[in-house]
Amino acid sequence: MDFWSRIFGRPSQKDSADVAKQRLQLVLAQDRTNISPETLNLLKDEMIAVISRRVEIDQVNVHVSMTHTPQGERLVANIPVIRARAPARATAERAKRTRTPRPARA
Amino acid sequence: MPGRIITITSGKGGVGKTTATANIGVALARRGQRVACVDADIGLRNLDVVMGLENRIVYDLVDVVEERARLRQALIKDKRLPELQLLPAAQTREKSAVNEKQMIKLCNDLKKEFDFVLIDSPAGIELGFKNSIAPADQVVIVVTPEVSAVRDADRVIGLVEASDKPAPKLIINRLRPAMVRRGEMMDTADVLEVLAIELLGIVPEDETIITSTNKGQPVALEDRTAAGAAFTRIARRLLGEDVPFPILGDSPGLLDRFANLFRR
Ligand SMILES: Nc1ncnc2c1ncn2[C@@H]1O[C@H](COP(=O)(O)OP(=O)(O)OP(=O)(O)O)[C@@H](O)[C@H]1O
Ligand SMILES: [Mg+2]
Repeated sequence: MDFWSRIFGRPSQKDSADVAKQRLQLVLAQDRTNISPETLNLLKDEMIAVISRRVEIDQVNVHVSMTHTPQGERLVANIPVIRARAPARATAERAKRTRTPRPARA
Repeated sequence: MPGRIITITSGKGGVGKTTATANIGVALARRGQRVACVDADIGLRNLDVVMGLENRIVYDLVDVVEERARLRQALIKDKRLPELQLLPAAQTREKSAVNEKQMIKLCNDLKKEFDFVLIDSPAGIELGFKNSIAPADQVVIVVTPEVSAVRDADRVIGLVEASDKPAPKLIINRLRPAMVRRGEMMDTADVLEVLAIELLGIVPEDETIITSTNKGQPVALEDRTAAGAAFTRIARRLLGEDVPFPILGDSPGLLDRFANLFRR
């Protein structure tokens, strides 16, 4: 806590009351939405797979988390982009291909 | 006009449900309300000793449910406050001795004779909790400003909100203003922000709760103590009065801020 925030502000971030509140917000976000850390990890892997088909991303630095906001619980994904994957024509080709109906499953 | 059934519950044990039930009952009765306090913590009877009525028990809640006694026979009148009565829990039975339907019937019968029926719920979210919540017109959740208690309170709030009951209200108990000022305990605003429910009252940590419980004389018999005054304010709010919430260490005063300067 710096000098001025000691005079004018609330107690510093390091105070245990603030730590308690932050920990609560995290644990409650999980309790309330019932999304476990494992589910979040799965979600992250799947998102990486889907997005990487179109966009080159920094896979190591992808973060997916639940956040508490006054409007409710939010699923927040932070995905650093390196560049779009394929030139426009190739993408168009791909799009055409994916539109052809899939063979029915056995 | 029929009375209101208010269930006091918490999720986590030992946060002050029984203390709150006894004292809100006393505070309401002091204001002329007819109050029945019901101990729904079957097997762990406690409300009787907190109210100081343990020597006068003849019949209990389970005796009434199983029709060995009439409600009138089981209710114990508090000699200090003629409007206050206690329906004690059975001590040698289990929670499963009663079901939701029986609790609803019992409390609806009480509701005809009393302005308030206060149910002291057991801790947890199992059978005893469900039995206590079933008859409630209003649910009050007691919490202490600690991580585990708030977390459990949140769970209970979720369960009440998923039922057809109106939104529960919150009592923050054992708040320690000095710790709040030092940033060592969550304040009222922190707890309310996390739980997002309406505040009914704040009760400070107060040693007189312990000494008064030792004697079986609830603090709310007088307004002299901080906790007694807090319970009286809660009772007045339940009666629809608009009672301001005194600031118990919420924002540090200038003096504390200067004190903080020299603290490391
Ligand atoms: N505001 C307070 N200040 C000081 N002590 C308190 C306060 N509130 C409660 N206590 C003490 O905390 C202890 C637990 O209180 P109480 O029995 O009311 O909790 P409870 O929620 O009913 O517990 P249980 O879950 O076991 O039924 C008691 O010893 C009581 O005296
Ligand atoms: Mg109790």
